[in-house]
Amino acid sequence: MTDWEIVLKEWPRLASGFGTTLLLFGISAVGAFLLGALMVGPLRSRSKIVRIALRSYVDGMRMLPFLIFVYLLFYGLPTFGVKLDAWTAGLLGLTVYHCAYVAEILRGAWDQLPVGQTESAQAHGYHGLRLIRRIVLPQLVLNTAPVLGNQLIYILKDTSFLMIITVQDLTYAASSIQSMYFVPLEPFLIAMALYWAISLLIEGFVRVVHGTAKERGLGHA
Amino acid sequence: MPEEVPVLQVDGISKSFDGVEVVSNVSLKIHSGETISILGPSGSGKSTLLRCINWLEKPDRGDVYLAGKRVGRKEDDQLMSDHELASVRTQMGMVFQSFNLWPHFTVLQNVIEAPVHVLGVSKDDAVVRGEHLLEKVGLEAKRDAYPYSLSGGQKQRVAIARALAMSPTVMLFDEPTSALDPELVGEVLSVMRDLAAEGMTMVVVTHEMSFARDVCQEVVFMDDGQVVEQSTPDKFFSNPQTDRAKRFLTRYE
Repeated sequence: MTDWEIVLKEWPRLASGFGTTLLLFGISAVGAFLLGALMVGPLRSRSKIVRIALRSYVDGMRMLPFLIFVYLLFYGLPTFGVKLDAWTAGLLGLTVYHCAYVAEILRGAWDQLPVGQTESAQAHGYHGLRLIRRIVLPQLVLNTAPVLGNQLIYILKDTSFLMIITVQDLTYAASSIQSMYFVPLEPFLIAMALYWAISLLIEGFVRVVHGTAKERGLGHA
Repeated sequence: MPEEVPVLQVDGISKSFDGVEVVSNVSLKIHSGETISILGPSGSGKSTLLRCINWLEKPDRGDVYLAGKRVGRKEDDQLMSDHELASVRTQMGMVFQSFNLWPHFTVLQNVIEAPVHVLGVSKDDAVVRGEHLLEKVGLEAKRDAYPYSLSGGQKQRVAIARALAMSPTVMLFDEPTSALDPELVGEVLSVMRDLAAEGMTMVVVTHEMSFARDVCQEVVFMDDGQVVEQSTPDKFFSNPQTDRAKRFLTRYE
């Protein structure tokens, strides 16, 4: 059997890993976006305590390597009596880590938004979450589509770290085929191609959103 | 006979920024159907006064009453919550110098957005009314265009329709033509003239002397944060009482 034949024979393993990666990526991307979007208002809160607390969180996450964070969640937390299974630790890790980046991207974009946008919304009776959801957030997303897309790609690639905490994702599948049959190249080439394919889909999605933005005179930021 | 309750009453408003008082102790009354203009040199505090009326700026002192009801503070002097203030603001339409249309929405969406999502009007009703208002400002053909593609004059007419869609009791205009090319000023003023003629109550901060003279029942002249002169347009333009107003007016002759 050639190396390629071995890898093809093991396709269910790769398929299942790919499914896991897609699922992890999908859920944590949506979660990170929603949490990040929820944080963008409080990051500009009138209350100094809220602002400082969130700022520390966002900066703390951004200064921490993702791998160490996931290690702490999975291997560190049990010391304090909190035991998460690998999937939960992985999903939680991806979401909580990347939502800090999303929040920071959106906050930066809000600083660039003309203050007249929120003023005219307030003058028409908007405040709080509704103001953010209807008036501010859509503009922030349209204005930052390429940067948010980049972040999605980081989320995708960070899913591969989760094999360290025994999550059986695409990288794990490739790696286990490699170690079972001593085929060092082919499984990883396939994994690479699959990561690449998802990245291309993300890029395509970003292009659509960016086009929508340009049609409205937005997205020059 | 008891005096009619003014639609809008401004009572001793003062506002400072960084220790500099930009509005000092200004009081005004505007009755139903009246259009008043607030004139004055740049930096005289006109815009800040207008923004204090709907509490986009919180006044340091003084009160605003809308149809007899206090704005911004409750009866026990406590500040209104964001929610209460937002609900009062729906009754005051505001038109900004820089239009501030929401660029991610089409023209019609801009007009129906707040009625549907703030007032809870059904979308169908909002669309019918929105189309009617766009027709009124002469922009029904632009209903599906994005603000990005409009001229300044068109944007400002959409902004007026957007404010009117809330069925406000009073309209506040903050230098609505100052950001426009001169040849586009007329189309916006003409919409405003029609509104005044229909009996809308309007407070207009402006540099358009002809509008103040022809359309307004009252002219308020401000300088250095204070109301220097307050009279009918006839009196103000033909026979200003103060030197400051005289000097101001010579620049426009």
